[in-house]
Amino acid sequence: MIDLVAFIPRAIGQSVPLLYGCTGEIITEKSGNLNLGIPGVMYVGGICGVIGAFAYEQATRGGQMVGFLAIMIPILCSLLGSLLMGLLYCFLTVTLRANQNVTGLAMTTFGVGFGNFFGGSLIKLSGSDVPTIALSRTSAYFSCSLPFADHLGWFGKIFLSYGFLAYIAFILAIYAGFALKKTRTGLHLRAVGENPGTADAAGINVTAYKYMATCIGCMVAGLGGLYYVMDYASGIWSNDAFGDRGWLAIALVIFCIWKPGIGIIASILFGGLYIIYLYIPAGMDHMELKELYKMIPYVVTLIVLVVTSMRNKRDSQPPASLGLPYFREER
Amino acid sequence: MKTKKSEPLFHIVKRKSMPIKYQMLVRLLAIVAALIVCAVVTVITTKMNPFAVFSAVFSGAFGSTRKVWITLQDTAILLIIALALTPAFKMKFWNIGGEGQVLIGGLGAAACMIVFGDKLPDPVLILIMLLSAVGLGALWGAIPAIFKAIWNTNETLSTLMMNYIAIQIVAFFTIFWEVPKGSGKIGIINQNTNAGWLFSVGNKYLLIIIIAILVTVGMYVYLKFTKHGYEISVVGESEMTARYAGIRSGLVIIRTMIISGGLCGLAGFLLVSGIHHTITTTVAGGQGFTAVMVSWLAQFNPFAMMGASLLIILLGHGASEISTSCGLNQSFGDIITGIILFFIIGCEFFIRYRVVFRKKGGKA
Repeated sequence: MIDLVAFIPRAIGQSVPLLYGCTGEIITEKSGNLNLGIPGVMYVGGICGVIGAFAYEQATRGGQMVGFLAIMIPILCSLLGSLLMGLLYCFLTVTLRANQNVTGLAMTTFGVGFGNFFGGSLIKLSGSDVPTIALSRTSAYFSCSLPFADHLGWFGKIFLSYGFLAYIAFILAIYAGFALKKTRTGLHLRAVGENPGTADAAGINVTAYKYMATCIGCMVAGLGGLYYVMDYASGIWSNDAFGDRGWLAIALVIFCIWKPGIGIIASILFGGLYIIYLYIPAGMDHMELKELYKMIPYVVTLIVLVVTSMRNKRDSQPPASLGLPYFREER
Repeated sequence: MKTKKSEPLFHIVKRKSMPIKYQMLVRLLAIVAALIVCAVVTVITTKMNPFAVFSAVFSGAFGSTRKVWITLQDTAILLIIALALTPAFKMKFWNIGGEGQVLIGGLGAAACMIVFGDKLPDPVLILIMLLSAVGLGALWGAIPAIFKAIWNTNETLSTLMMNYIAIQIVAFFTIFWEVPKGSGKIGIINQNTNAGWLFSVGNKYLLIIIIAILVTVGMYVYLKFTKHGYEISVVGESEMTARYAGIRSGLVIIRTMIISGGLCGLAGFLLVSGIHHTITTTVAGGQGFTAVMVSWLAQFNPFAMMGASLLIILLGHGASEISTSCGLNQSFGDIITGIILFFIIGCEFFIRYRVVFRKKGGKA
């Protein structure tokens, strides 16, 4: 039987990048932008954090690292990188009214390439003499869990054993749910996503809201990449290790019907599905079955997609203008 | 309260239409601008002389006769995938599952090679491989189409999930058929007998290129001159109109996706039977996604796609030459491709819209 005390923390660890991506994409989609560039943005967020941390670790070799800087430099670099990606997406789709799907796919190509390129060439480009990018010192700051977690048995393991970025992910998701539903800004944002023409007539600055939501969404998603490298992967960047989590995050948005609160539960569920193949006994002579078990999250996503579209309820629909560019003169 | 009303510096007006000549000029300028940016990026990261960069790109793609053929062959494969996706896009069905459809087609071909390798005569074997590849690709395209037609399921995400399902199925079979046991890969299939290897016309590259040209012409005719092609454009323009005109859009969606998936399966067959003679999870190499952009850049025009796919392949090969010679990571090509795409995507704005600046005196 599955050892739940060991399984749940790993599932939650897997769920955090998905949750960041999902929250970011919900904020973006509420403005009517379907950003398929999220997988690329998460790579950029991750690698920019790595570049920042790498530079700082190189600068303080042999010396003492300041905890505050060791955490803030990667976070700021990561936020800056994903902000730039968000601005690029907005400039192309909002200002230049380009097709959102094509722009998003181009951003994913670029972002994944950017991550893998700098991940693979950072050492050569910076001319340093370390064999691999192993940012264990920075990672120690990121994955530092609460000091009393070890003394509380299974409770501590399941609830308190994560680095601070994991808790931020959950807080952000809850706050995003609150802000979308209860604040005036959230109301305006939803209006822009549902019907930009009406929002414009009501005096809401459609362009500003689209830019703001998409850029914030990208920054949130980028933190998911940062969490993955710094906490989950213990500061070791390996190319393509982040994998398809960005795409799963986009699928999660539909799974949780554009509600960040449901996103928390959904991402933990998916985090569990993502690693469940490790826990299903397959025997040594049937290694190929593991590959089939890895299929589970995708099959479940597909089934959920179909089921939500079958039910077709009014309150589980995407924002009405999702994916469409807005041009005032075409109303 | 504002008393002085300010007029914006410029405003944007939609163009009626732009002569093809100018459209091409705008796109050309965008590509030139993108190449300059790419060159700057390359010079900064590699510290190469900018002219050396361009000559490296050129020699990477056209440096020898063999390289020219390989460039053309890769262009042909990308072109077939882009053509396969085009009818779906014209119908506004965002099939980003090309990757999975190619892969599952390739798996179909490889499976026949392994199972029937020494039991059937070669022409029969190749025919069965082709049929199973096209059939599986079509099935992989039809599944999301059926969901879309009946329940209006979001096709962008369902086709995407089908990609990963295909990847895992291929991963399963690579371990199932691995040679030797424990290596985790299949290796070259039928290396001694060459059973199921695509026969060559002239040299081993030419047949694939000819097939690509035939598919291009066929797709042009299909979209432009047949009833199916017309129905596709009507469904793409407005589903309401289609319903009013008595076109059953669900049927058109499923039919078109069978064609789209089937052609992707053909590309998978060519990759396995004609080029790699093996199957891995990366045999499609992301081309299913690149093809989306090729098709869109060419504005769904099959002949323009020839140029677009050649451009993408050329830059990819060039960038890989640069990254090899400078000891950099192979992903450099993706960055270059990304930059080019951003510029071309952006330049469409100047084709569709006009920027009118504020005139002096306050009246525009």
